[in-house]
Amino acid sequence: MKKDIILKVEGLKTYFNTDEGVVKAVDGVSFELSKGETLGLVGESGSGKSVSNLSIMSLIPSPPGKIMGGKVLFGDKSIFDLSEEEMRNIRGGKIGMIFQDPMTSLNPFLRISTQMVETIVLHKKVSKHEAKKRAIEMLDLVGIPKAYDRINDYPHQFSGGMRQRVMIAMALSCDPEVLIADEPTSALDVTIQAQILELIQSLSKKLGTAVIMITHDLGVVAGMCDNVNVMYAGRIVEKGTNDEIFADPKHPYTQGLIKSVPRLDKPKQKRLYSIEGQPPNVIDLPECCPFFPRCEFAMDKCKTAYPPVTKFGDTREVSCWLYEEKTRGE
Amino acid sequence: MTKYIIRRVLGLIPTIFIIITICFFFIRLAPGGPFSSEKKLPPQILKNMQKKYHMDQPLIVQYGQYLVDVLRGDLGPSYKYKDYDVNYFIKQTLPKSMLLGGLALLVALILGIGTGMISSLKRNSWIDYSSMSVAVIGISVPLFVIAPILMYIFAMKLNWLPVAGWLDDGGAKTLVLPVLSLSAPYFAMIARLSRASFLDSLRSDYIRTARAKGLKTSVIMFKHVLKGASLPVVSYLGPAFSGIITGSIVIEQIFRIPGLGRHFVQSAFNRDYTMIMGTVIVYSLILVFMNFLVDIIYGYLDPRISYS
Repeated sequence: MKKDIILKVEGLKTYFNTDEGVVKAVDGVSFELSKGETLGLVGESGSGKSVSNLSIMSLIPSPPGKIMGGKVLFGDKSIFDLSEEEMRNIRGGKIGMIFQDPMTSLNPFLRISTQMVETIVLHKKVSKHEAKKRAIEMLDLVGIPKAYDRINDYPHQFSGGMRQRVMIAMALSCDPEVLIADEPTSALDVTIQAQILELIQSLSKKLGTAVIMITHDLGVVAGMCDNVNVMYAGRIVEKGTNDEIFADPKHPYTQGLIKSVPRLDKPKQKRLYSIEGQPPNVIDLPECCPFFPRCEFAMDKCKTAYPPVTKFGDTREVSCWLYEEKTRGE
Repeated sequence: MTKYIIRRVLGLIPTIFIIITICFFFIRLAPGGPFSSEKKLPPQILKNMQKKYHMDQPLIVQYGQYLVDVLRGDLGPSYKYKDYDVNYFIKQTLPKSMLLGGLALLVALILGIGTGMISSLKRNSWIDYSSMSVAVIGISVPLFVIAPILMYIFAMKLNWLPVAGWLDDGGAKTLVLPVLSLSAPYFAMIARLSRASFLDSLRSDYIRTARAKGLKTSVIMFKHVLKGASLPVVSYLGPAFSGIITGSIVIEQIFRIPGLGRHFVQSAFNRDYTMIMGTVIVYSLILVFMNFLVDIIYGYLDPRISYS
């Protein structure tokens, strides 16, 4: 079956020039997103998950940020070649985005109706009146009770979970083809997290929206993603379907991540497993596998060159010297 | 909201009362009086004068009488200018000072916020650096230096504008230099304040959301950033206005403007008790009212503030 690819990222590089040196926040990231797919992007804080997605939207604060290379294809358009105006049509219209902290992501000085209506009017080219109707519909859809009244409220009159629902309603109000959810539940209570995730999942299925789910929570990924990309220090180290990644993690980093999730179905361990050490400082990183200082399988080779991509089947890719050795040996 | 306004207006009464009381007794602590001059008046004449203005009565009686007069809206006769009362002077001069101060504040606000906005958008560019350098000059160079320099350049050398005077003798042109020099320090302060708060807002999460929605930069600036970013500027308006009022005293002297500020200074030299009291009451009313206005604007701008 040929996949219907709507978003393709090739060799994306986003660097930040700081006083301490060049921060290679994203250093050669490639992935594809097909219609209706939910793609998980997993990694620790600072691994470049958010920056990759802000780059897709051309929202990197510049200076200091700069896209140094790579291509982003949205449909058949190359995003970095678009004019500012064409790019604005994509933002919010074709690609919707929701953010980590719902408490600060809505403008506290404007009513919900103002914030939702302006987006809908902009992208749907409808009257304000129709836009408001649409906004109320969307708020209804995401489960805001009495949406008709509440749309005239200010953000501070909503709880955190409700605000995230409003953000979702706003992001989906223009029927985007892609929804980028940047850690949408990290700032919420655990009980609310599940509700929000279910909401994103059910709405994306219903509306046929492809989702990029950025998270550091493997539980989120396991629950709702079709495919998973694991990021480390600005690169994707492992790709695979949800089942593949969780049943048979290949990269030592992924293995470590999965081992460090507390499990109910295994006998209680004395201590929770954790990956030793800290994620590397991505300023002026030398040519090496950035994971080698924390890796239990580290070899000499890891310290001198970044491992190439090794493919397993159609869906799996791993960047680790362990597999490069093995495939060559076979 | 109406309740809040009523409560605030009622709150003004004790404030003004305290100001009147302190001022009434303090000015009488200073040596000399309205009728003391180089050449001493004969005792009988002095006595008659004091009698005429009820100054022979005990201080507390005078104070009580003054309060009653003020409540009736009568600020009393001037002790220096015979046959004129304080109300007359204020009616004559206050509109001029208000026009000068109001225009200066308006110019400072528009130019200041505009400069701050552009600087924040083009941060760390030459536009940003040069406008912020101008702002530093505006803050650090005092009014009485800026005014003569502007006067020298635009009036004496270029001959574009009149050196001094007021509307009646030179038309609207006479306003330009006084308004510009009076607004300079406040323009500078507002420019720096708004640059900082615009930058803050621009980095905020909700502006990232606005960008991610595909809004134009102009819409983002005026609809999403301006409201929140103007809050620090609004809180600065109270002190700014009091500064502009005191500044206008200097400016009115330099540009020979027949405003209230002149009388404020002159009356203090003359020990013209009623005149001092009158100007103090007017100025404090303006200031208290401005602060009240700032609070109302604040609440209007920030929906999270409620007046209940």
